[in-house]
Amino acid sequence: MNLFSFVRKPRPAQSAQTAKDRLQILLAHERSSGTAEADYLPMLQRDIIAAIRKHVPIIGDKDVDVRMERGDQMSSLEINIDLPASLPPKKG
Amino acid sequence: MTSEAKKDAPLGRVIVITSGKGGVGKTTSSAAISAGLAKQGFKTVVIDFDVGLRNLDMIMGCERRVVFDFINVIQGDAKLKQALIKDKRLETLFILPTSQTRDKDALTKEGVEQILNELKAEFDYIVCDSPAGIERGAQMAMYYADEAVVVTNPEVSSVRDSDRVLGLLSSQTKRAETDGAEPIKAQVLLTRYDQARVDSGEMMTVEDVLEILAVPLLGVIPESKAILKASNVGTPVVLDEPSAASRAYEDAISRLTGTQVEMRIQGERRPGLFQRLFGRAT
Repeated sequence: MNLFSFVRKPRPAQSAQTAKDRLQILLAHERSSGTAEADYLPMLQRDIIAAIRKHVPIIGDKDVDVRMERGDQMSSLEINIDLPASLPPKKG
Repeated sequence: MTSEAKKDAPLGRVIVITSGKGGVGKTTSSAAISAGLAKQGFKTVVIDFDVGLRNLDMIMGCERRVVFDFINVIQGDAKLKQALIKDKRLETLFILPTSQTRDKDALTKEGVEQILNELKAEFDYIVCDSPAGIERGAQMAMYYADEAVVVTNPEVSSVRDSDRVLGLLSSQTKRAETDGAEPIKAQVLLTRYDQARVDSGEMMTVEDVLEILAVPLLGVIPESKAILKASNVGTPVVLDEPSAASRAYEDAISRLTGTQVEMRIQGERRPGLFQRLFGRAT
């Protein structure tokens, strides 16, 4: 068996790569949430919801998702807003 | 090399050995590093910060010589000289054991600072063996450090905790709080590294871990039977008979003192043609 083992070597699952990927994703998140600067995010989220509500009747707080991605060179703020499937006609 | 440090004033450098996660090799590394520094001629003291769970004394093989401890000195019940245990193998090595009974609140910032200042006047290196976790004992061990050795296993929970500890080192320490102070020099010591498992893709590589933690590498200690054997008999691994692990520690210790040593991963044995053909049973 061993004679041919390096010819038709069964590719083992590269679990080390999975470990690395999971860590990178997790730590990117933990590093950003662990700092005091991230404390304004909930407040920002509230303000954004209030601002959008003035114009669009979105359902609730869960429709707005605010995320911060922090990198060495730059950070990005990602805001996702789910709008209801059918918008009621505007007043004006 | 060995004599030059002796004549000048002591270096008084405080090095914390920390990790966050338990069981990764902090105490083993503290014992090995302090013994290695002392072996190179540096006057070295190693302090156990794990109040309530004293273990450094056993790894150093001086558990039956503990009379007074670190907490006794902080509380003024004993003089520092009374609590310091002189190693029987190395002239330049001393151990300051921790208390087995008292609670960790006995560690005060002022008390720790005062003892460290006293030790700095006499020793080249003060090695602080941190407890696991990020509670008071760990905070006190790192607070006054000049350098940090973050002991990490190539495994997800250990790497995650090391990242946490690196964050604390750069924010919750004296150097971090002092304006204009140079930040703590933090380096990773990768322990329990198994080259065969790395080769087969089941263990993260040195590069993987460094890429994630983004701090310099102090050394790579291979998984080795010599570690358990040394702890069984209470001998720091660098003072025991030579092994892949002891050589890797010696290299790391040299780097700690500023000597350039090529990074080689010990215990790496490439299977020869014969082994590849007929299996690795041997």
